[in-house]
Amino acid sequence: MSVTKRIVIEPVTRVEGHGKVVILLDENKKVISARLHIVEFRGFERFIQGRPFWEVPVLVQRLCGICPVSHHLAAAKAMDRIVGGEKLTPTAEKIRRLMHYGQMYQSHALHFFHLASPDLLFGFDADVAIRNVIGVAGKYPDLAVQAVLMRKYGQEIIKATAGKKIHGTGAIPGGVNKNLSIAERDVFLRDADQQMTWAQSALKIAKDYTVANLAKLAPFGSFDSNHLSLVRADGAMDLYHGNLRAIDAQGNVIFDQVDYQKYVDFIAEEVRDWSYMKFPFIRSIGPEKGWYRVGPLARLNTAKFIDTPLAEAARQEFIAVTSGKPNNVTMAYHWARMIELVHAMEKIHALLNDKDLQGTDLLVKGERREVGIGLLEAPRGTLFHHYKVDKNDQVVSANLIVSTTNNNEPMNRAVAKVAQDHLQGVEITEGLLNHVEVAIRAYDPCLSCATHALGQMPMELTLVDHQGQVLDRKSRA
Amino acid sequence: MMGDAANILLYGYGNPGRGDDGLGPALAAAIEEMAMPGIDVDANYQLTVEDAAEMGRYAAVVFADAATEGPAPFWFSRIDDSGIGRLGWTSHSVSPVQVVALARDLFGSKVAAYALGVRGYAFGELDEGLSAPAKDNLGQAVAFARRALAERRFEHYAREFGHPAAGLATSGPTWKA
Repeated sequence: MSVTKRIVIEPVTRVEGHGKVVILLDENKKVISARLHIVEFRGFERFIQGRPFWEVPVLVQRLCGICPVSHHLAAAKAMDRIVGGEKLTPTAEKIRRLMHYGQMYQSHALHFFHLASPDLLFGFDADVAIRNVIGVAGKYPDLAVQAVLMRKYGQEIIKATAGKKIHGTGAIPGGVNKNLSIAERDVFLRDADQQMTWAQSALKIAKDYTVANLAKLAPFGSFDSNHLSLVRADGAMDLYHGNLRAIDAQGNVIFDQVDYQKYVDFIAEEVRDWSYMKFPFIRSIGPEKGWYRVGPLARLNTAKFIDTPLAEAARQEFIAVTSGKPNNVTMAYHWARMIELVHAMEKIHALLNDKDLQGTDLLVKGERREVGIGLLEAPRGTLFHHYKVDKNDQVVSANLIVSTTNNNEPMNRAVAKVAQDHLQGVEITEGLLNHVEVAIRAYDPCLSCATHALGQMPMELTLVDHQGQVLDRKSRA
Repeated sequence: MMGDAANILLYGYGNPGRGDDGLGPALAAAIEEMAMPGIDVDANYQLTVEDAAEMGRYAAVVFADAATEGPAPFWFSRIDDSGIGRLGWTSHSVSPVQVVALARDLFGSKVAAYALGVRGYAFGELDEGLSAPAKDNLGQAVAFARRALAERRFEHYAREFGHPAAGLATSGPTWKA
C-alpha cells in the first residue's frame, strides 16, 4: 500500500464539517484523487415523515434558499402522481412551466454574473478582493445592473406564478391554485424584449470567452464522462418534463426515453465512508464508470435539439466546437448555461403570449396512488423527488437526489484534474486555491441547501501528511 | 407588503425550516401584522443581489437576522459599507453590507442601513420552530423594533444597543458594525 499525503481545503464555518476538499497524494507526491466534502441536508426524512402529502410542495422549499422553486415543482409533480393528476390541464402545466423558466432564468443569470463572470472578466488568478460581483460592479457597472435586473425579472415571475416570493403555494397536487392575470402578464411582456437583449448579450460574453480561450479552458478540470438529463419524446431539451436519456462521452446512447417512474431500475446511489453525500451511478455500468454529469453541459449534450430558435442557433455553434460529439470541457458549463438562459427567456416570452395562462381550469384528479416520483431539470441539473404516502395521506418515506449530488463524482474529478495540473510540490499556492474554486464553481453547486448561512464559506487550505501532520496551511478568511 | 408612501424597510431573512435561523422572518411577520404606517416589510430566505435594486426607494433599511453570537436578546448596529471584503466562494447570497454597497454603487442609493441581530441558539438539522430561549429573545426584539421603527431614532438606538463583533448568521467574514 502506497504512502499518501493529504491536502485539505477546509472552510471556516459555524456549522461543523461543512465543505472541505481533500487532495490525496501518493508517495511520489502525485495527485491520485480528490475528495470534495459537502454535507447534504440532514434530517429531511424525519422532517417530512407524518406530514400530509399536500403540504409537501410547500415544506420542501425549506430545503434550499437558492432553488426553492425547483423543489416546489418536483414535489408537486410527485404529488400529482399521488392524486392521479399527472395529466395537468393546459393552464396548470403552462403556469408551472412559466414558474420554472422564471426560476431557470434568474438562477442562471445570478450564477453567471455573480460567480462566473468575475473569473472570466478578471482572470482566474486575479486578486480575490476584486474577483467577485462587487468587483464587476465597480469595473462593469452596466453589466452588473443588467444582472441585478435579470435576476429581479425572474424572481417577479416566480412571485406572480407561485403566489409569493418565498414559500410559494402555486403548484398543488394535480395542478395550480392560480392563473396569471392580464395585468400581471402585461408587466412581464413590457420588459421581455429588453430581457432578451440582455440574455443574448450574456450568451455572447460566455461564448466569445470560451472560444477565444479554448486552448486554455479545454483541459481545465476536464475529463470524459457520461451525461444524463430529461428530454422530450422527440429528443428536444425540456427542462420541466420528459423521459430520462443518458449518453456516454462519445455520444453513444446508454438508455433513452426511460419513464422516470422507473428510475430506480436505472440509477443507484453508492455510499462512501468518507462522504455524507451519495454518489449516483448508472446501474448497468456500475459505480466505477457509471457516474455521470447533469446540468447545462449535460443537457446540451443529451438533447437532440432545442425547440426555440435563438437557443437552437446557439446550440449549433456549441456542438460545432466538438464536431457534434459531446462536449466534455468543464468550463463549457458556462457557455451551456447561457444558452439555456436564452432558451428560458424565449420560453417565457412564448408563454406570456399564450392565452391558456388566463384559463380557469386549474386542477385534475384521478386514481389515488401510494408512490409518487417527480423529476425535473433544475438549474443545476436533474432533481429527483420520491415519496411514499400511506392510506391516511401521510408521507411515510422520502428520497431526494438533488442536482449537486448527481454531480458529486464529477466535481471530485474536476478538483483532482486541476490539482494534477496545478499543484507544485506540496506547497499550497494562491493559484491552486483559485483554480480549485473555479473548477467547482463551473458546476454551480448549491451549498446553501437547508440554511442560508452555508454559502458564506471562506476557504482554509491545509496540507497534512499521511500521519495527520500539518505541512502547510493557507486561509483567506 | 409594499406601499408607495413608505420610506423605511424592515427586511427579515433566514430559513424558518432551520430552527432559530427563522428568527428574521418571524420578526418580519410580527412587524407586518402591526401594519405600521410608512414601514414596508419584506422577508426572504437570504439576501441576494436584486435586493440592491430596492434599497434606493428607502431612507433607511433594517435587516433582521438570527445572530449566532453577541448579546441576548438582541443587538442593533449601523451597517458600515465602506469595506465589503470578499464574497463566499460558491455562495449565491450576499450579506447586508454587500447589498448596501451594491445599492450605492449600482443604483446611487443613499439608504441608511442597520442590522438587528436576534440571538439564536439552535441551527441544527431541518426543524421548524424556534427554541424556547430564541422565542423569548424574539418577543423582546419585536418590541424593540416596533419602538425603533415608530420613533425612527436609529442612530440613537445603534449607540445604545450596538455590538462591535456582530455575528449575523449570514454576516460572512467581513461584517463591519
